[in-house]
Amino acid sequence: MKTLTRQDLADLARHPAAEPAAWIRVQLDTGGIAAGAETLYTALDHARVEQRLPFVLQRAGSTGFAFADPVIAVKSAGLPTVHYGHVTAELVPQLLAAHFGQRHLLDDHIIATRRRSLVLDAPVTHILVRDTGNGPGSKTEFFQFSFQEELKRRGLGDRVQVVRAFDMGVYDEGAVVQLLPSAVTYTNVLAPDVARIVTESIEGGRVLDDLLWKTPDRQVRIVLRHCGEVDPDSADDYLRRAQGYQAFAKALFALTPEQVIAEMKTSALRGRGGAGFPTWMKWQLTRAQPASQRYVICNGDEGDPGAFMDRSVLESDPHAVLEGMMIAAYAMGTSKGYFYIRAEYPRAVERVQRALDQARELGLLGQNILGSGFDFEAKIRLGAGAFVCGEETALIASIEGKRGSPSPRPPYPSVRGLWGMPTAINNVETLAIVPEILLKGGAWFASHGTDTSKGTKVFAVTGKVRNAQLVEVPMGTTLRQIVFEVCGGVLDNKEIKAVQTGGPSGGVIPTSLLDTPVSYETLQQLGSIMGSGGMLIMDKGDSMVEVAKFYLKFCVDESCGKCAPCRIGGYQLLQILDRISRGRGNAGDLAIIHRICHAMQKASLCGLGQTAPNPVLSTLRYFGEEYQAFIEGGPSYARKVSGAAKAAKAPAPATSQEVSS
Amino acid sequence: MITARINQIEVQVPEGTSILDAARRVQVKIPTLCKHKDLLATAACGICIVRNKGGNKLIRACCTPLENGMEITTHDREIVDVRRSTLELILSNHPQACLTCGRNGECELQSLAADFNIPMESIKRYVKDVPADCSTGSIILDFVKCIKCGRCIQVCQEGQNVWALSFLDRGINTRMAPAGDITLAESPCVKCGQCSAHCPTGAIVENDETPAVWEALHDKEKICVVQIAPSVRVTVGEAFGLPPGTNLTKKIYAALRRLGFHAVFDTNFSADVTIVEEASEFIERFVHKRGPLPLITSCCPSWTDFMEKRHYDFIDNFSTAKSPQQMLGVLAKTYYAEKLKLDPAKIFMVSIMPCTAKKYELSRTEEMFASGYKDVDVALTTRELARMLKQSGIDFLNLADAEPDSILGDYTGAGTIFGATGGVMEAALRTAYFYATGKKLAKVEVEAVRGLDGVKEGVIDVAGTKVRVAVAHGLANVETVLDRVREARKRGEEAPYHFIEVMACPGGCIGGGGQPYGVDNERRKLRIAGIYQDDRDRTLRHSHENPEVIKLYDEFLGKPLGSKAHELLHTRYTARPLYKR
Repeated sequence: MKTLTRQDLADLARHPAAEPAAWIRVQLDTGGIAAGAETLYTALDHARVEQRLPFVLQRAGSTGFAFADPVIAVKSAGLPTVHYGHVTAELVPQLLAAHFGQRHLLDDHIIATRRRSLVLDAPVTHILVRDTGNGPGSKTEFFQFSFQEELKRRGLGDRVQVVRAFDMGVYDEGAVVQLLPSAVTYTNVLAPDVARIVTESIEGGRVLDDLLWKTPDRQVRIVLRHCGEVDPDSADDYLRRAQGYQAFAKALFALTPEQVIAEMKTSALRGRGGAGFPTWMKWQLTRAQPASQRYVICNGDEGDPGAFMDRSVLESDPHAVLEGMMIAAYAMGTSKGYFYIRAEYPRAVERVQRALDQARELGLLGQNILGSGFDFEAKIRLGAGAFVCGEETALIASIEGKRGSPSPRPPYPSVRGLWGMPTAINNVETLAIVPEILLKGGAWFASHGTDTSKGTKVFAVTGKVRNAQLVEVPMGTTLRQIVFEVCGGVLDNKEIKAVQTGGPSGGVIPTSLLDTPVSYETLQQLGSIMGSGGMLIMDKGDSMVEVAKFYLKFCVDESCGKCAPCRIGGYQLLQILDRISRGRGNAGDLAIIHRICHAMQKASLCGLGQTAPNPVLSTLRYFGEEYQAFIEGGPSYARKVSGAAKAAKAPAPATSQEVSS
Repeated sequence: MITARINQIEVQVPEGTSILDAARRVQVKIPTLCKHKDLLATAACGICIVRNKGGNKLIRACCTPLENGMEITTHDREIVDVRRSTLELILSNHPQACLTCGRNGECELQSLAADFNIPMESIKRYVKDVPADCSTGSIILDFVKCIKCGRCIQVCQEGQNVWALSFLDRGINTRMAPAGDITLAESPCVKCGQCSAHCPTGAIVENDETPAVWEALHDKEKICVVQIAPSVRVTVGEAFGLPPGTNLTKKIYAALRRLGFHAVFDTNFSADVTIVEEASEFIERFVHKRGPLPLITSCCPSWTDFMEKRHYDFIDNFSTAKSPQQMLGVLAKTYYAEKLKLDPAKIFMVSIMPCTAKKYELSRTEEMFASGYKDVDVALTTRELARMLKQSGIDFLNLADAEPDSILGDYTGAGTIFGATGGVMEAALRTAYFYATGKKLAKVEVEAVRGLDGVKEGVIDVAGTKVRVAVAHGLANVETVLDRVREARKRGEEAPYHFIEVMACPGGCIGGGGQPYGVDNERRKLRIAGIYQDDRDRTLRHSHENPEVIKLYDEFLGKPLGSKAHELLHTRYTARPLYKR
């Protein structure tokens, strides 16, 4: 690779890469690969070579459709660009034949675009249909047939193809129809509407207002802007197709460090690791410390059960995180950075390492970068699997080669951090946002979200949810919207009981509060936290005592053991919960639970211990009657009261493998 | 200066002062369990939490510096409640075998629990049964009593640079132990016992060997003799409520005789012998250029062990003279036995030492059996002596003064200062100066080597030649001194020092790992003052002037460094592996 110059970057900005006429992108993140994406990739490649098919095969990260892994995106001549889910290697011949032979879209695998138009701005070429109703028997095939018949009758059978979709992104709205390429979407379509749609919309080009789905897509993709689009292994792809390193160049040549921090201040971006500390302030404080060396660290020690936001971003868009770190480094006057990534994320580690190597070859890391006089170098440190190492001071100890246990603050890392030097630790998601803020402006970012929580947040939604996936929504989106509108509601159409946010440090939020807009403050008021973005859905069959036990056990296992309230308090709390859940609780237990929780919250040294009681306290707060039932009548009585299923186990938060298989 | 308010009381303290220390200045006592005055806050126990006005969290007083304008509340209902709950949690993870514990009555957890008046156990006790580590024979790690305050680890790693102890495992299973879950004897442990001196509970204690001593005392066949180390005389009183530094030499002699010892000797006597040998060694090397310089003192067994494990490139620099304990042991079973026509096989030698490593020294090498028997049979720490005295029914403090037994009992001021850091150096310089010049030092006190600075350096003019000396105490300070020597060696230059003294424990033996609990720098200073007072009180202050020492050489040993002296009073060193597994 040739070293980049400032001029090269300017040229790249003016001439973005030309899109090939046909391509297939395979989403090769950990979830996809676990579901067979590598095999799929090979099969596609073989077929391409053997049949001399005119498409470019590309590697990509994940769009976030974990429920449909392996996922691919396909563009071919004359057909709209679509995502397919659950694509196996066996499906390849059929898929290629459809796209490059009959020039048809494939039935039953399409994940419809979430972009929904209100106007028909192009002649309809394809109709996607799917029955999203809960009634017995799917009417998808009926509607496909009806449309085909109607089209034939009107002589449009050759011009418009009717395709059965796999997922419409709209749920429980009866038969849903999407007209491509414009993406006008109709819901609750009944049999008599078929003829109307064909004559009015397809022939007449008019939108049928009574059927039109006007709810916009809740998702706004800022963090995930390139995920599933660019090749995470290719700096070239990032440079040509994702405005790669343009924000860094802008910072370097057009902005002073103070201006970068000012832009961050305008954006009001708060740390996405969970605590929500203003990012600009962290940078400012670190910058203000007189020191011979400062450090910037990317915290990729994601450890919440069920959370896979950071992993996805690192695997899908490593260069964006690196670029964010480089901008942070420039703003703080730092020449050294560390990626602290847990060793359980080998693919993320591999891709970040490749990104670092490529950036070094391109001259984007090293001395006198792009002739600016700015020096920066970054390397990876592996986390050995302790959850507490996500805590800043423990993370620093771990990088220094010490036992990963937290130390008292002050001094804060921004004053005395790694190797005793001022250090800023930013979460993966935070850093991934930074380049976009510099390119589009802080004010643009701040235009999303609520008064106190700006921008968007990525959540990994798992548990008893129909479509477990990665979602990115503006702050202020309600829990109900996330669960029902974006993720399709509860699995098997069961009744929702609660949403758990914030991982083991968070709490449960009952159904009655599902209309709470998500922000740092609101979740805290409800006794939960934003956390890094894990979101677990529970249905009526889940016992809340078991849920509390599950999360508490996690924290008890992960307690570093340094301070007494967390080390002993967590353990004793778990013993009491265990006793209660076996029907051996007594009337005094709840008072002791409260007392231990209080001591842990107030006297634990770090966030892990201070927040470990949250799952217990919030379940007690909203589902106290379940505890009472266990104490008064034992497990079977409690199940009757709560409606929990017989094997009352906490919903295991899906790991990526489970999500995707 | 920082100005703030603690419980409405205005307080002014230098910047960086913790809330805990600032509160002490205005007579506010914030309870704490893990913080030791000597050590940095580990912030482990969570008992010292206080409230700062406006803050929604409770903060730890031990590790939070007071800031301008803070308004601290140290006691309110919530704070006290949380402290009680936390303490109850700690107690729920503690065996509460107080009545049979080595720390009964002297335990910081016990007294805190008493202060908080916890009426009953509301949280079910959970103590995981982990067998104690008794592998060293010097120190016992009783894991179940550990409250994970982290003091021992800080002392072992940062204070002593030994790194034998660390935290293992996590969560409720966290414990202090040698890394890799090996035994202490297999670890780099040097048995200094600083961990036990800093432990708030009975989790790390000396190996109690008083039963063996009682057994011997009751054995009609045995002739029990005893020696007391220099520093013990100024510390044992603390166990009886006297202020640190109170010199009880003559009461100890009396008490030991009442305990049933046939003869009571003083290690100060053999300290004088050590000086005669060591000063002669120094003259050999310094004046006659026979042997490498710097000469390094070797009477501290922890230091010897540390050197053999980590600094064995200095073996040739080590004084081969045995420690006073071993010298007295061998002399009792040879010289004394011969004189009194006793069967050395029947002599049972007990030493009262400030030190846990002295237990290890008893069988360190085969030279420790130079008399043909185990030269010293049992080494007790000051704490064990205090317990024996309490068990014996002796009204210790009101005993009439007594004298030591002759031929191994008389001592000079030079012998007694062995108990303080710099003392061995000072005593050796007094005699070496005399050996080299035939004159005494104009000023006996060598101020340059006194005091509590971790590394002390000085230059003493000996007949026109400058003798450069260095004194280090606390093993973490050794490296500084030795590295300077190593660098000079590397450059092919003359060593920066001619004579180096090292004591493993901060403050020297008066701060030893076997001394009464509660050591901090204030106490160390008082104990040292007691030692120097004893020195000033002696008529003779040079080891070579000790009449019993002169007699010893005349009648038994011959010349210093002579063949008999060599056979009985000197030892050897070998490099040892840091880990035995």
